[in-house]
Amino acid sequence: MEFAYAMSALAAGISVISSGIVGLGQGIATGKAAEAIARQPEAKGSIMSTLVIGIAVAETTAIYGFVIGILLLFANPLLK
Amino acid sequence: MDFNNKKILPLFEINGQTVWMTQSILGTWIIMAALILFTVFVNIYMRVKKFEDVPKPRSLQNVLEVAVDSMHNLVRDNAGNDLGWLGGYFFGVFVYIVCCNYAPLLKLRPPTADIATTLPLALNTFLLIHVLGLVKRKGEYLKDYVKPMFLFLPIHLIGELARPISLALRLFGNLLGGMIMIDLLYHALPLYFRIALPVPLHIYFDIFIGALQAFIFTFLSITFISEHASVEGE
Repeated sequence: MEFAYAMSALAAGISVISSGIVGLGQGIATGKAAEAIARQPEAKGSIMSTLVIGIAVAETTAIYGFVIGILLLFANPLLK
Repeated sequence: MDFNNKKILPLFEINGQTVWMTQSILGTWIIMAALILFTVFVNIYMRVKKFEDVPKPRSLQNVLEVAVDSMHNLVRDNAGNDLGWLGGYFFGVFVYIVCCNYAPLLKLRPPTADIATTLPLALNTFLLIHVLGLVKRKGEYLKDYVKPMFLFLPIHLIGELARPISLALRLFGNLLGGMIMIDLLYHALPLYFRIALPVPLHIYFDIFIGALQAFIFTFLSITFISEHASVEGE
């Protein structure tokens, strides 16, 4: 039983790796948006709103990893 | 530490299973009562003060007109004029989610940090997408599923089923994450530091993320609906 607890804690840690990868993607998106604003400062409003929506959509992947981590820690179906 | 939804009162029984009043149900009821009272107040105020159709309205009328108009314009811009009536529904959803996300400011557990609140909201969107798609576009709507060829049918079906799940989990995960971060900070700090130090976290996780996620939920719902239900060539 201790082994299962240890492994689920480890799995919760691994599942949060997804947020690191999403951070990479969001950084790339923000960099591209900064380039776009530098090229066309008058389009700042629409670029910003597209960026915010896009980042929020990309963040869903990180949220999946987070939800799986929370499930493993607080509501683990395997340990019941 | 316990981040679960705590049970407060047993409400009634179905087949021997007790249905409990949880923290999120209590929060939902408080928010619903506040919103209903506000609506009744505005309705009476509107009749007493005689809101008029003037170019420069004042005070409460101004605020309400800006709020309602901007949501209707968002729907009209993204989904077309014939779906403009959805603005009322989405205004309600937006205000409800914002109030839910701001609940931690009053020491309540945010009802949106519970999958039982966000999944029904997402399923409403799911129903609206497909019912409106079928009613507005009929055969054209069904053709969407076999574009560009018949082999893509399972991919389209999985994509459609993933939409409500991703909508629900996005709102739920963001709010739960924020709640856990703030709770951890409160537990880590000694009692006399809890007055000022958590304020930046409240500003970011509750006020900024709360408003952003509410907007994203409504905006994505509108976009999904317009994708399937807008008549092309408008």
